[in-house]
This record gives sequence, C-alpha cells and structure tokens, in this order.
Amino acid sequence: MDMKANKKKLGLKEKYAHMTRGLGWETTYQPMDKVFPQATFEGIKIHDWEKWEDPFRLTMDAYWKYQAEKERKLYAVLDAFAQNNGHLGITDARYLNAVKLFLTGISPLEYVAHRGFAAAGRNFPGVGPRVACLMQSIDEIRHAQTQIHALSNYNKFYEGFHAGATHQIERVWYLSVPKSFFDDAFSAGPFEWMIAIGFSFEYVLTNLLFVPFMSGAAYNGDMATVTFGFSAQSDEARHMTLGLECIKFMLEQDPDNLPIVQKWIDKWAWRGIRVLTLVGMMMDYMLPKRVMSWKEAWEIYFEQNGGALFNDLAKYGIKVPECITQCTVDKEHISHQAWATFYQYAHASAFHTWLPNDEEMDWLSAKYPNTFDKYYRPRFTQWREMADRGERFYNNTLPMLCQVCQIPMVFTEPDDPTKICYRESEYQGEKYHTCSDGCQRIFDDEPEKYIQAWLPVHQIFQGNCWPEGTDPTVEGFDPLLKVLEWYHLENGKDNMDYEGSGDQANFAAWRGMATQNT
Amino acid sequence: MSTVFIAFQTNEETRPIIESILEDNPHAVLDEQPAMVKINAEGSLVIRRASIEERIGRDFDLQELQVNLITLSGNLDEDDDQLTLAWKN
Amino acid sequence: MAVKALYDYHFPAADTQDKFHGNQLLYVGWDDHLMFCAPFAYCLPPETKFSELVEQHLPHSYGRHPDWAKIDFSTVRWLKSGQPFVPDMNKTLAEQGLRHKDALRLQTPGLNGNGTYF
Repeated sequence: MDMKANKKKLGLKEKYAHMTRGLGWETTYQPMDKVFPQATFEGIKIHDWEKWEDPFRLTMDAYWKYQAEKERKLYAVLDAFAQNNGHLGITDARYLNAVKLFLTGISPLEYVAHRGFAAAGRNFPGVGPRVACLMQSIDEIRHAQTQIHALSNYNKFYEGFHAGATHQIERVWYLSVPKSFFDDAFSAGPFEWMIAIGFSFEYVLTNLLFVPFMSGAAYNGDMATVTFGFSAQSDEARHMTLGLECIKFMLEQDPDNLPIVQKWIDKWAWRGIRVLTLVGMMMDYMLPKRVMSWKEAWEIYFEQNGGALFNDLAKYGIKVPECITQCTVDKEHISHQAWATFYQYAHASAFHTWLPNDEEMDWLSAKYPNTFDKYYRPRFTQWREMADRGERFYNNTLPMLCQVCQIPMVFTEPDDPTKICYRESEYQGEKYHTCSDGCQRIFDDEPEKYIQAWLPVHQIFQGNCWPEGTDPTVEGFDPLLKVLEWYHLENGKDNMDYEGSGDQANFAAWRGMATQNT
Repeated sequence: MSTVFIAFQTNEETRPIIESILEDNPHAVLDEQPAMVKINAEGSLVIRRASIEERIGRDFDLQELQVNLITLSGNLDEDDDQLTLAWKN
Repeated sequence: MAVKALYDYHFPAADTQDKFHGNQLLYVGWDDHLMFCAPFAYCLPPETKFSELVEQHLPHSYGRHPDWAKIDFSTVRWLKSGQPFVPDMNKTLAEQGLRHKDALRLQTPGLNGNGTYF
C-alpha cells in the first residue's frame, strides 16, 4: 500500500493542546469534588478550566530538552570556576556575605516552592495549570540543588557556608522572615498560593530579587552565582507568565472572584515587600561594586513595571495594592534600617557585617539625597567612632519582633523616620505587636493564623533554642552561646564584623599567593 | 502607554537574537547591564523566528529563547512564527 | 474575618504567658535613640520591681549610649500602648497592671543623640 505521510508537523498550539488538555479526564470512581477537595473552599469560582491559557505552550519533551541544555551550560561553568580558583576573582570577600544570606535564606525557599507547586498542581482540577505547576515544581527543586551545588565551592574556603541551606532556615532569627512568608503561603489554599508565590512573588517581585542580585554577582566577579542565577532566572520568565495567567484567569471566570483576589494581592504584595528588605540591604551595602541602588531597582521594577501591570489589570477592577503609599516612603529608608540592624546584631548572624567606608557613604548620599545624610550617615559615623575606640557596637539585648513579618521592629512611622512604628492588636485577651499598618491589617484579618507564629525571640525565651540536653541551670550558663551552637554558627568565625574576620585574612593571603610567587 | 521588556544573558547565542529584535522593533531601546541585556519597548515588542533564522543561518525554534531568557514583562503570546509581548492598554 | 479552611480552624497561640516559665514578656523602646534599631524584649518575673527594670535591665541594654547617664527619671515620660503611663518604681510589674507582652516607650525630652536620633 502506498501511504503518503503528511510531512507537516503539528504546530506549537496543536501540539500543546494534544499533549496537555487531551490528557485530562473526568473521574468516575469518585466524584471530581472528592478528588479535588481543595478546589472550592477559598471561595474562588471557576466555571471552565479549558479557558486557561499557557502562553509558552511548553510540552514536556521541549521542557526536558531545554532544561538539560541549561544544566550542561551551568555545570561547564561551575567546573571552570572550581578548576581556576574562581573564588579569588571576586571583587572583595565582603561580597560573599550576600551569597551566604542567599544560600541560607533563599535556596531553602526554592525547595519549599518545589513542594508548593507540586501541591498546587495536584489540587487544581484544570489540566493547563496542572502541567504548568508541574514544570515549575521541577524547576524549583533544580534551583535549590544547583544553588547548593554551586555555592558548595565557597564552602571549601570561607566561613559561614557549612550549615548550608537546610539547618539554619528553621532556626536562625532573621531566616524566620523568608521562612514564615512561605509557610504562610503554603498553609493557604491552592489559589491563594498562586497569588502569593505565582503572582506577587514571581511576577511582581522576583525581578527585584534575581535581576539585581545576578547582575550584581556578575559585576563583582562571582561567576558561579551569576551562572546558577541566570540558569534559574531563565525559568522565572515562565513562572511569571504562569502567575499573570493565573490571576487573569481567576478574574475572567467570575466577578465574585475580584474581592478575594484583591485582598490576596494587597496581602502578598506587602508580605513580599517586607521580605525584600533583605535584598535592599544586599544591594546598597553588601555588594562592593554596586549595580544600582535599591531605590532605583524599586522604581524600575516595581513602580514602572508593576505600574504597567496594574494598569493592565484595571480592566478587571483590580486596584494598585494599598500599601503603595507606604512603599513610596519606605524605598528611601528600609535598606539603611536593615543594615543598621545586622550591623548591631552581627554577633548573632551567620555572616559578617561592616560599616560603609567614606566612598560608600558618599555613594549612598548621592543615591538617597533625601534621607541618607539626614538620618543614616550620623548613625554610621557614630558607630565608626565607637569602633575606632575599640568599642565596636554589638547590641546585647534581644529585639521586639513583628508578629507577621517577624522582622525586628526597626521600621519607622510613615511620616516620621525618627520614630519607630508601633502597632498593637488584641486577640482573645492576648496582645500582638506589628511593625506597620500593612502587617497589622494582615494580622487582624486572620489572627487565628498569626497567633501561631514561631517568633525566634520568644522561642529563645521559652528555652526552645538550645541543643538537646542543655541544662540552663548550670553555673555560668550563657544562653546566647547555646543559641549559636544550636544554630550551627561557629562563634568567632561565622559571625561578628568583617574587619578582623578569617574570611578577610584568608582572602587577602590567597589573592596575594595567586598574583605573586612569594 | 506602558513599557514591555525582555532580558537575555549576554552571550554568543543571544547576540543575533538581540540584533533581530532591535531591527524588527525600531521603537525598542537597548539597556546593557553587567552580564545581561534588557530591551525596553513602549506598548509591545515582537520577536520573529524568520529574522533570527536569517541571521544565524539555520532553523530556529522560538522555544530555544528559554535557555537564555532572564525576565520579561507584558502579556505574552507565542506561536511557531513569533513571540509577542504587549500591554493592551 | 476568619481563616477560610476545610475544617474548624483552631490552634493554640504560640506565646501565651504559661510558656515562659513563670516570667512575662515586656517590651521597652527608648524614643529618639536609633543606635538601638528596635525596642527590646525582656522576659521577667511579674514580681520584678519597676525600679529593678530601670536600674538594672535597661542600663544593661542602653548604658553604652552617652545620653543614658543624662536621664533624669523624675522628668521622663512613659507610654503604654501609646497612652501616658505613670509607673510606680516601688511596685512590681504585676502590681501596676503590666500584662504579658505590654509595650512601653520611654521618652526623654531634650535627649535625642544631639539631634541625630542616634
């Protein structure tokens, strides 16, 4: 028989339709609502899952192909980095402290995102989002693993990398900030998860995390981080389109979804922005060579780009999150407030901090003409005078924390940068304190959730943060030292000021050896 | 009108892609940053397969863009021949 | 509003007073002194006299600031939950109605790090 094959391959859209939508079916042994029990309880109404669009129309065969290529490129660079003592090519070992913060604070989130998207994929009855969530779930575990792998190179040489991405995230005081953000999202339903992570974090905020971070790593000679960063980031564009598609889908499916979605956007924009305080500090203080200030990044990626997004969503009735007024004030303050915090609690942190030098303070003045000289330079100058006298300031008392974002209460009133912002709520006869109107609103909306918060300072006072078998009644018991031991933080090595640290001495010595024969 | 953008890693694979985009979108503006290239455009931006193929002298699948993509902004629509980013307002 | 959940959503609060081994939490912030980035958290027996707080615990935390020694405690102002509060130095925390997780603000007019709020 002479059969003529049709040579024309399936187009992208047809192929995607066959290989995703075509694979779903209506369950018969159990009704669909029993198989997908989480699909409705949040109040989101979906009438037709077929209306879901995946703009990239990626099928698994293409997914594996391109992901494999990304991995090959990544490992080629990592090998070259290790073989050529790439760690000596960075601008200054101070930079590595940003990387330590990334490894301990961000990489574990990638892993939680992996679990969260796997769960979301399981819980959505629609085939389109299920496939997209599956791919994102696999992306996220790839990110966690490649980041840990890439940064393990630094663990051969520098302090503070040994605890890696697993131990400290559940223990260290400042890591409870990003962890609680993801715990909050993961303990919500699948639709809220998608707004929290897929939309607010991936679409609205991820550029602020990854783009300046990776460009900054490149600018500071850190080839390993640039490479895993860009390798991860190449997946982010797909994650961003998933987040945006998800929000449009919810809004198009039923008008009743609008107030629920708006509430989640307001909540998660603020939650995400508070977490990004750590990124602001990294950009303004931790990169020896700076790409742009936090304020500039905020203006490009949040105000301009987010503005374009919210203009686009206005047709559905979505309003710009109400926290925006506060954020416009905060963009000139939070990075300085955060660095001042880590400067004084450096003895309890798994990375080093330092005072900005004159040149760096001038850069900060130029980038923050309204705030730096007026509010922050005097603080750094007076700490420097103390350090010059041999009295480097370490704060010896535990701080009060915000019940929601878990950041110490360092933020100031929107109309007065000299006054700490106190907000107080009461629930079932107990007081709860928050750092801002944004966090207070979130608390008051779901107090039953946030009263369970694992606040590091309170946990230390309850005696839950010492190694097993610790007896706090023995003579000379030093609670802080025991907490550091429980953190797997080597006191005197991983913590304190960069000035005088092992990292500083080793980097200078090794770089000397790399460029001279003596 | 709002700005859309797309950013790629700076490397040999993306150079002809960026050239093609700039030629096909005369209103686009190039923003070169450490290790990355960002292309900003008012309203919309289109990436054409044919323009890239002409430069690299081989077949090109637009999904190959994923390997070097860093970030983008705007509503995305992709088929076999072109990828479009747009804000429809 | 309440948490939307698939089941009756009730979990115990993490930080009720019974978990602090007979102590209570008290937060104290010193206005206009941002050398200390945030208010402090103290875990103290309810029987602690207010004078002990002022003479021992606060100086331990704040003593390195040059303004601390200049404070005249007969002229300072205190706020509790944002409202004026007049402590009795000779009474304990419990006796003057300071509850678990109360937040106090110490205001020392005229002292503000020589105008720098340090």
